[in-house]
Amino acid sequence: MNFTIGIGDLKVCKAPDVLVTYALGSCVGVCLLDPVTHVGGLSHIMLPDSTSAVNASATPMRFADTALPILLKQMESMGASKIRLRAKIAGGATMFATTSDKFNIGERNIAAVKKFLAANNIPIIAQDIGLDYGRTQFFYPETGIMEIRAAAKGNKQF
Amino acid sequence: MLKNYDELSPIAIDCLQEVGNIGSGNAASSLSAMLSKPVIMHVPKVQVLDYQSVINEMGGPEKVLTAILVTFKGDIKGMMMFLLEDAFAQIVVKTFMGKDNIDVIKMDETDSSAVKEMGNIMAGAYLSALAAMAEFTVAMDPPSLTVDMMGALMSAPMTTLNDVGDKVLFIDDGFKIDNVNVDANIILVPEMESLEILMKKLGVN
Repeated sequence: MNFTIGIGDLKVCKAPDVLVTYALGSCVGVCLLDPVTHVGGLSHIMLPDSTSAVNASATPMRFADTALPILLKQMESMGASKIRLRAKIAGGATMFATTSDKFNIGERNIAAVKKFLAANNIPIIAQDIGLDYGRTQFFYPETGIMEIRAAAKGNKQF
Repeated sequence: MLKNYDELSPIAIDCLQEVGNIGSGNAASSLSAMLSKPVIMHVPKVQVLDYQSVINEMGGPEKVLTAILVTFKGDIKGMMMFLLEDAFAQIVVKTFMGKDNIDVIKMDETDSSAVKEMGNIMAGAYLSALAAMAEFTVAMDPPSLTVDMMGALMSAPMTTLNDVGDKVLFIDDGFKIDNVNVDANIILVPEMESLEILMKKLGVN
């Protein structure tokens, strides 16, 4: 079965199910896998930090600091072990060329995701991040493959 | 204090609809003058929509569109994004560069600056309609252009302003250039505070 993860949402599944999130721009898609139980999770992170946001408590899945702990918990309750988790991440692009620092959300999302993963000893084993284009992300917990589809660049596997 | 655009009253929406009408009219005349071609604007429809609905309305997250993004400041602050189908870039590049059937996503620098400039003129026409109605001063920052998947383009208005909610003002604004239909949509994201000031100025509570 294919599960689609919307903007600022997350989902956990077991192989052979597949997770997909469409058209990441400055958002970051975080794929986690326990290679033993083949439990996989995907979180579509929209913003880095819930502490400075209005109404953040209503939408914890949007923010790196609040979504990723939920993802871990849901994966563990499906049988994943935190010490075995590996991460593959994609997105965090800068979609518009401008000098305004308001537009560096992509970089800040990447930094927040990396900080959380490092603090939880989860290694990032593949990444396709930054630059200036959108990415659709497929994650196959069966094989651990992350596939990235971009409008002008075709498909790439990680 | 307004927290989300869906708290806007029907009268406020009507008022924004009127801004949309005048803005579209202005944009059509500037476009027509620049392209030296007849431009017919359909009556725009202003809606308050959440991001996901905007994306669905426009053909799904992976649909490739031309986006021209303009931020503005002054008496009101915010962001405006024009989302245009390939036909728009095709017409502009054909008119100014004499090229047929270009691959829009791989446009070169010159072609893309021509398209960007047209978007900039249209955004200017819109914002000056708004400014004139409310007797505001609004200054636009230089525009930027990206051709990519709709979902990815939307991440800019979704994340850039701190105090906006999940909703945007979505203006469905098709037009006809030289009898070719061009689907255009405008995402208008004024900061909440600015929108309140605007409503007050226009006499809507």
